[in-house]
Amino acid sequence: MSNTTLKVNGSMHTLDVDPSTPLLYILRNDLGLRGPRFGCGLGQCGACTVIVNGQAIRSCITPVSSVKSEITTLEGIATQGKLHPLQQAWIEEQVPQCGFCQNGQIMTAKALLDKNPNPTDAQIRDGMNRTLCRCMTYYRIQAAIKRAAKTIAEASPVAEKEVVA
Amino acid sequence: MNPFTNIPQQVEDVLEKWQTPRRSFLRSAGLLVVSFGAAGTGPLVTEANAQTGTATQAAGPYPDIDFHQLDSWIVVHQDNTATFYVGKTDCGQGTGTSFRQLMSDELDIAFDKTTCIMGSTDITVDQGGSGGSTAMERDAWPMRRAAAEARRVLLEMGSAQLGVPVDQLTVSDCVITAKGDPSKRVTYGQLIGGKRFNVALTGANINVTTGVAKVKPVQEHKYTGQSPQRYDIPAKVDGSLKWAVDVRLPGMVHARNVKPPFAGAKLIGIDESSVRGMPGFIKVLSKGNYVAVVCEREEQAINASRQLKTSWEKPAKSPFPASDDLFDYIRKAEPTSATAPIIVGTPDTAFASAPKLIEADYEIPFQGHTAISPAHAMADPSNGQMTVYSNDMKSYGMRRGVATFLGMPRENVRVVWMEGPQGFGRTAADDAGCEAAWLAKELGRPVRVQWMRSEETAWDTKAPAFAVKMRGGLDAEGNLVAYDFNARALDYNHVGYNEPDTVLIAQLMGVRKANPDKGSASTPSEMYAIPNRRMATEVVSLPLIWETPLRTGNLRDPNGPQSTFASESFIDELAAAAKADPYEFRLKLLKADAKDDSAFRRARSIAVLEAVAKAYGWDSRPSPKPRSTGNILTGRGIAYAFRGSTIAAEIAEVEVNRQTGHVWAKRLVCAHDCGLIVNPQSLRHTVECAMLHSLSRAIHEEVRFDTEKVISVDWNSHPTLTHADTPASVEVVLVNGDPNPNRPDLPPYGAGETACKPMLAAIANAIYDATGVRLRRLPFRDARVLAALNGARV
Repeated sequence: MSNTTLKVNGSMHTLDVDPSTPLLYILRNDLGLRGPRFGCGLGQCGACTVIVNGQAIRSCITPVSSVKSEITTLEGIATQGKLHPLQQAWIEEQVPQCGFCQNGQIMTAKALLDKNPNPTDAQIRDGMNRTLCRCMTYYRIQAAIKRAAKTIAEASPVAEKEVVA
Repeated sequence: MNPFTNIPQQVEDVLEKWQTPRRSFLRSAGLLVVSFGAAGTGPLVTEANAQTGTATQAAGPYPDIDFHQLDSWIVVHQDNTATFYVGKTDCGQGTGTSFRQLMSDELDIAFDKTTCIMGSTDITVDQGGSGGSTAMERDAWPMRRAAAEARRVLLEMGSAQLGVPVDQLTVSDCVITAKGDPSKRVTYGQLIGGKRFNVALTGANINVTTGVAKVKPVQEHKYTGQSPQRYDIPAKVDGSLKWAVDVRLPGMVHARNVKPPFAGAKLIGIDESSVRGMPGFIKVLSKGNYVAVVCEREEQAINASRQLKTSWEKPAKSPFPASDDLFDYIRKAEPTSATAPIIVGTPDTAFASAPKLIEADYEIPFQGHTAISPAHAMADPSNGQMTVYSNDMKSYGMRRGVATFLGMPRENVRVVWMEGPQGFGRTAADDAGCEAAWLAKELGRPVRVQWMRSEETAWDTKAPAFAVKMRGGLDAEGNLVAYDFNARALDYNHVGYNEPDTVLIAQLMGVRKANPDKGSASTPSEMYAIPNRRMATEVVSLPLIWETPLRTGNLRDPNGPQSTFASESFIDELAAAAKADPYEFRLKLLKADAKDDSAFRRARSIAVLEAVAKAYGWDSRPSPKPRSTGNILTGRGIAYAFRGSTIAAEIAEVEVNRQTGHVWAKRLVCAHDCGLIVNPQSLRHTVECAMLHSLSRAIHEEVRFDTEKVISVDWNSHPTLTHADTPASVEVVLVNGDPNPNRPDLPPYGAGETACKPMLAAIANAIYDATGVRLRRLPFRDARVLAALNGARV
């Protein structure tokens, strides 16, 4: 065991844990977060996804000691009490069935849109492809990503300036 | 600590809002069916947890809730809100929202002023949880009748209060008003707010529970038929929902199973010293061939379960053939049971004289649930009771199963139902519930158990493998005059739900059911009028029937996808042999008889088939179409089936890559008739996802095994549908094909499973249309398709 310091959703935490512990168990069992969830423990399904340095990573196979930057979880993407456009789109499109995988879907989509705000259908399929849903809500997820991308573009100050110019 | 903080948030909210715990309410109201002693009169006591000194759960016992009391179903609060308590669980289709719509309509309350609490055995009546797509078809009826009765009672109370006869009153959104004098008004909250109705209901069982009032004609419903958003979705996308996987209790520990490395293996020894020094190690618990390791922390339990040295003896004979040899095995096996054939006309004579005979064999491998979250449960043994926190879709059955398995009185066991991964039938959630309870009882402290991915994929219950032999005879005009369907299912010792003698832990501990379930295969579900028909089913067994990862259990539309893959592929083969358009061939078979049944399944089948063809833009021609040049071959396929009284017809348009064998279903269309539609949006999404579930079964899913163990154990070795496989377009056409579509008693039929049924054949038929190659063995993975294309020199 050793002291590990983590910054999660803006808050600092110091924990005395085995440094090889997968990040997922720390987030869930020590910090009480419910967004990232165990699906496979193998990095194959994406249910455990969190964002570090703009990358969607699989917290179930990420040793806690390897994480040096701030971790953002599903609980941390809303700002000032306002849902992230992806979360809002997920509600408007009524995406989930059981919803268990949707943490991974939303967080993977966020990392995708942060890098590529206006993805094509093919880029969405490709970028989301390793994030699995056993209720098969893929069709609605893809619709929600497109909806969110549109919302983000419309709300972007850059886009407004361009319109003015 | 609030003694209720470990139950679902929506339950928590209601309890806090009332200031009075639900169970105290029920207890003081005499609504608990108390079968012993002084229980039912004492105050709600919370005892200290032995390990931590912290209160963890409300003291039991937990008697049954009396479904013959209106108060067990509905509570109207002072602020004109209401809480509905229903004995159902939701597997992700949004049934709770639909129950609220129906009950709000019958009660005359605004939908957004209502809450629905589902499926926890000590606070809701026992409607069995989920299963069989019965939510709207069967279980919403007593809810509607209870809500109608509450409205009737409130109107009588309003009448007395206002001094106006009931027939001179109107009611809207909880406000009762005198028709001639709007100043005379009183609200539901003023009349009953937070108090008990004390009204008895009647009915021989919960499904027929009723009051005096009649339900409204469906035309008077305001919310039914609308699409309010599902109430459970916001908390699922903002990370706030407390799922069954999230339950944490003071003093809890984590367990992981150690499964036999070979099917049917016998445990010879455990070397506990191999893990004793590991961090957080608490104990190895074992009985028979069941082994679990318990540690303080979750990752410690995972590590210790991997580290634990165990020795096993292989069984004397192979538990099963390898999956590559499965269908030879099925065909050669001696059946363990057979049903009497269903015979129409004189099939033997008709076959003997039919000028054209077609025969085909279809093969459907074992396919699993492989839930996105491996099975899990938390059990708390404090206060001498047992509380299991579980997502199991049959929480009431789990309560009975756990009580029997542990030898505890049922009143001392409760199951708190919480959200979890999809529960499309008999998943391993049943097994995890009994495991957690047994471990908690042994240790005397709360235990959380979760299966690992490899356990879930290898050991969850499987949909039975089928081998189906079909024969058809056409006359000179291409009419189908003789039909023979023979299905063999590998389904002996099919496990039921939460059975204390078939849950996996019981099997591993050596428990054996005296009479194993004989299993079943199913016959086609269509309304084709075929003059001479024979349908027979048989069940065969694997050598190993206990402690096997190839145990069969119900998977969404049990047996329907298997038998319909065969029957609806074969109808296409017959249409092709007759050089007929496959849609018109089916329509002709449906219209060949005018007789219908009480649910008008013939008329509604015709309406649905016509609707799907219209929505797709079907042009009449036989399959296959002339093969095009180029890498990508496109085709379309149609299939139809019913499940119960719900009808679905589906068309798939596929692209087949000639070089790789890859199949992409580019466009799917479904026409669907489930009678009364409560929430069109929820219904559309459920149907879409059911179609895609079967698409996954069509192109990806197969349980693979050698002669010792399952070898498809994760998402690489057991692939599933992905984002890349998703069709570019998925359309759902909602049909009301009832001959009297506006009748006031239009019933809702089940909608959770029917759309699963036709899709596998629709894909096979589309591949045939594109390539001229008939695939009769699922799944259509690239290598299998490519080999078939190469074999046919496509």
